[in-house]
Amino acid sequence: MKMKLIQPFISAADCVLATALNGSTKIGDLSMEQTEYRRQGCAVRVLIHGEIEGRIILDMAPETAILVARSLGDEEIEASDQAVNETVFELANMIIGNAVTLLNDHGYQFKVLPPEKYVDSEPASNKSETEETAIYFDTPCGRIFLDICMRYNLCPRAERVPALGD
Amino acid sequence: MKPFTPLTRKEDSQPVRYLVVDDSVFARKNLAKMINTFGGEVAGEAGDGCTAITEYARTRPDIVLMDITMPQMEGIEAVERIVRQHPEARIVMVSSVGYQDNILAALQKGARHFVQKPVKPDVLYEIIRYVLSDEDAHMPAPVGEARS
Repeated sequence: MKMKLIQPFISAADCVLATALNGSTKIGDLSMEQTEYRRQGCAVRVLIHGEIEGRIILDMAPETAILVARSLGDEEIEASDQAVNETVFELANMIIGNAVTLLNDHGYQFKVLPPEKYVDSEPASNKSETEETAIYFDTPCGRIFLDICMRYNLCPRAERVPALGD
Repeated sequence: MKPFTPLTRKEDSQPVRYLVVDDSVFARKNLAKMINTFGGEVAGEAGDGCTAITEYARTRPDIVLMDITMPQMEGIEAVERIVRQHPEARIVMVSSVGYQDNILAALQKGARHFVQKPVKPDVLYEIIRYVLSDEDAHMPAPVGEARS
């Protein structure tokens, strides 16, 4: 497993959820998925293109999203599809943004596409090149799922510098 | 959110006025709530860099809170254009993407500071106080330390 690609997303999610929800989070079991991702509730997908490529899905039940929205500061928010969507999108933006910061500081160049609602199952990826990891976080607002599917397109710049004599 | 010691403008002791720029309605709403606890008022909102430029000219805020990744025109380009037209503009970047290249680019274009999302109210309060302190805003008689 290429933990260099996976770990920034787990660290960022843990940090963002603990900070944004103002409480402790517990990281659940990590598993390698062999089947396409099955949505649990309201899910958002973010695609990454560049020296590293793949997609990340953030997923939670609608009632969890409403509790998250209230915890993020909108105490009076009413439960609605729009409120649920905005919450999941904003949380995905924060987690991916923080993870991207870590990956960029490690030397990878890539572009992050805007989050999009994840509705349908996606085609199976090339398992030989792709790391696909599912993990969940137990938060004060409920369980939040993260599915990470990433692969290298190129080594980071630092590792591409040829050694003397090469 | 608990209230903070209000920040006011030095010249007239009026509440500090903010322009909030973020493509997420949710994020704008949260920042507006924080501004309220700082004793400030939202003079305008924008969901992209182009609108931010026109809203700045219309509202002439004391502080701009500017996201980086937005549709149409990104925050860093909007900073450059606003500062070119209004060198006195005080812009704080608020973004979840906080890698060095981005921060440096924003500062080089004229942003005064950077805060990473998720925003902690006490952190944002201190940054705004710092950004305001050099020119025309002041704290009223100290009542206590910032409370989160």
